[in-house]
Amino acid sequence: MNSTELGHQMLLGDEAIALGAVHGGASLAYGYPGTPSTEILETCLGYAKVFPRFKATWCTNEKTAYEQALGASLAGRRVLVTMKHVGLNVAADPFMSSALVSIHGGLVLAVADDPGMHSSQNEQDSRYFADFAKIICLEPADHQQAYDMTREAFVLSEKYKMPVVLRIVTRLAHSRGVVLPRSASAINSVNKAQDPQSWILLPNNARRQWHERLTSEATLKNEIETGPHNQLSLAPGDDVLGVITTGTARNYYLEVASELKTPVSHLHIGAYPLPEQKIQQLLAGVKKLVIFEEGYPYLERLIRGVGNSSPKPISGRMSGEVPADGELNPDIVRAALGLSVQKGLSAPASFTIPGRPPQLCPGCPHIDSYASIKEALSAFGVSLVTADIGCYTLGAMPEYKAIESCVCMGASIGMAKGASEAGLQPVVAVIGDSTFFHSGMTALVDAISANSNITVMILDNETVGMTGGQTTILPSNGMQTRIKDVVLGLGVNPEHVHVLHTHRTQVHVNSAIIQKEIEYQGLSVIIAVRECIETAKRKKVTS
Amino acid sequence: MKCDLIFAGVGGQGVLSVSAAIGTAALSEGLHMKQSEVHGMSQRGGAVTAALRISDVPVHSPLVSSGSAQLLLSMEPLEALRYLPMLSKDATVISAMAPVKNIGNYPDLQEIYAQIRSLPKAFLIDAEQLAREAGSVRTSNIVLVGAASKFLPVQADSLVQAIRSLFERKGEKIVEMNLKAFQLGRAAAH
Repeated sequence: MNSTELGHQMLLGDEAIALGAVHGGASLAYGYPGTPSTEILETCLGYAKVFPRFKATWCTNEKTAYEQALGASLAGRRVLVTMKHVGLNVAADPFMSSALVSIHGGLVLAVADDPGMHSSQNEQDSRYFADFAKIICLEPADHQQAYDMTREAFVLSEKYKMPVVLRIVTRLAHSRGVVLPRSASAINSVNKAQDPQSWILLPNNARRQWHERLTSEATLKNEIETGPHNQLSLAPGDDVLGVITTGTARNYYLEVASELKTPVSHLHIGAYPLPEQKIQQLLAGVKKLVIFEEGYPYLERLIRGVGNSSPKPISGRMSGEVPADGELNPDIVRAALGLSVQKGLSAPASFTIPGRPPQLCPGCPHIDSYASIKEALSAFGVSLVTADIGCYTLGAMPEYKAIESCVCMGASIGMAKGASEAGLQPVVAVIGDSTFFHSGMTALVDAISANSNITVMILDNETVGMTGGQTTILPSNGMQTRIKDVVLGLGVNPEHVHVLHTHRTQVHVNSAIIQKEIEYQGLSVIIAVRECIETAKRKKVTS
Repeated sequence: MKCDLIFAGVGGQGVLSVSAAIGTAALSEGLHMKQSEVHGMSQRGGAVTAALRISDVPVHSPLVSSGSAQLLLSMEPLEALRYLPMLSKDATVISAMAPVKNIGNYPDLQEIYAQIRSLPKAFLIDAEQLAREAGSVRTSNIVLVGAASKFLPVQADSLVQAIRSLFERKGEKIVEMNLKAFQLGRAAAH
């Protein structure tokens, strides 16, 4: 979607943010792919082809992306940085400390949470991160707000000299709605931050910057409280139900609100820090309170206080009226409000519908790599295969049962080293090419340093597969894989570095090489190469 | 007017482009709409669903409430049965006949057909065969858009325009093939 015409457009939430950034005067955008945030930067890359003044770049990981955004801000430019919720863990170091520098060019972090874990390993709530760093968080409820708040976030970032978090969730990122764009703001020219001390976080400077943040906290809180995104509507009477919604939860509430028989006072929260006065005003005039928030019971926990000391009864995720985990939907909201949930059609009970989980594509090179690894390991008794994040995690499915761990980006190599040193051998670590660059290299350096008795299998399919086939940061070219140079450069013994063409016809040949390296009492790295079948297909269509 | 639609299929079948074609047509008629999609892991050969909500007043929720969808459009027969709880009692179900048997415990196909035929208002369409007649199996999803067109709150002309704009950049030949697929599908649901 590269149109920047000003008429109504049907956009994904992710696309609305990208358009908001371009129209909001951003000069640069950085990120690392991760569902459900990927399409933000994908869309930015499309705009970058049309507007020479706008540049968008995939980065090695979320930390390097965030640091590049900081550099752009110091240089005076507006910059967008995007990632998924767990990506912010990787970027947490620069993120937390960036809250103490005096942001110069507006810096907006668009972070996409995945409640329900559609495509993630946890459902952490990024509002805690914004709170942790004591910075502003905007939470759009719909597509128009995703566009508008992105633009506003740049203005707020420059006004308060802090990064601004734009928190979205899967159902906004990956739903389409109508957006009416406005004409674009001018872009900042290069203009270095005038006070260098505010960017040098030596303890003395950091203490001063932190103190300033804390001193101005009350003013900031007041402005966010009275701003346009925290809307309170009070109903008169003695029998009033209180409802608080945050972000996209409002959609489900508005969908069913007309069916409620009792008068309702409603507070919608779209901007943090929390509007405490409005919450108190609401609580004062209601008999009980229902809270709908997508993610953790962040708000609910604060309102309940220690010992559940809220003056009014509260229904929410903590009391069970709303499920403690997973994403919201209209049925959950209906039930929590005491409205009936309709029953739909059903197949007869005698007919069971089998699940259809995701799986490796037919012809996927990972299938052949796993066949070789399993054959190699069959020569040993107990063994361990640690793995990582990507399509190859689907090697856990019952038809392969080829891997035994998946925790976070890059964990496979460090976990293999730890398990091996603990005495569990042999250990094979399986990691993809993009994940290796993202977070695997540093762990490999540890393994080189200790000459760990592990075998690292890097599955190089020349793409970031799971997120839709982005180009790996340092793309390989078949057997001329660049990863070999990196591995040798880091210092792995060349005698124990192999590049294999992974293919169904090569399973036995490859398994013999893998088995020999597993038997070797030290570190070996085997790079299994073949292009992702989906990426190869796409190249054929477009060429 | 309010019309909730559910789309179903297996990752890679083009579920999202079907949803996009109908959504674009609704937008061109000035209707309000919201559409939800599934990206990421499920797209790798797993069950995939999308929802499209069209109305003449603003739509809030991107998700459909249980028992309230009026139309289910499925690219695959087993997947048609997965989302029945989302459908209203008088919903129309349109499903392609060709199975995607990428799981070991795929049920008996005739049994699946029987289940679909026993629904109050169901059409099993041989989308693959009609798509071949149109010029390519790849137009199967547009055959289904055609089959659904009589039950949608948008004009056939708007759908034709939407299909045109969806395939425009692939050339006139591809556009014509898809328009033929649309007409064949439209004639098949009766």
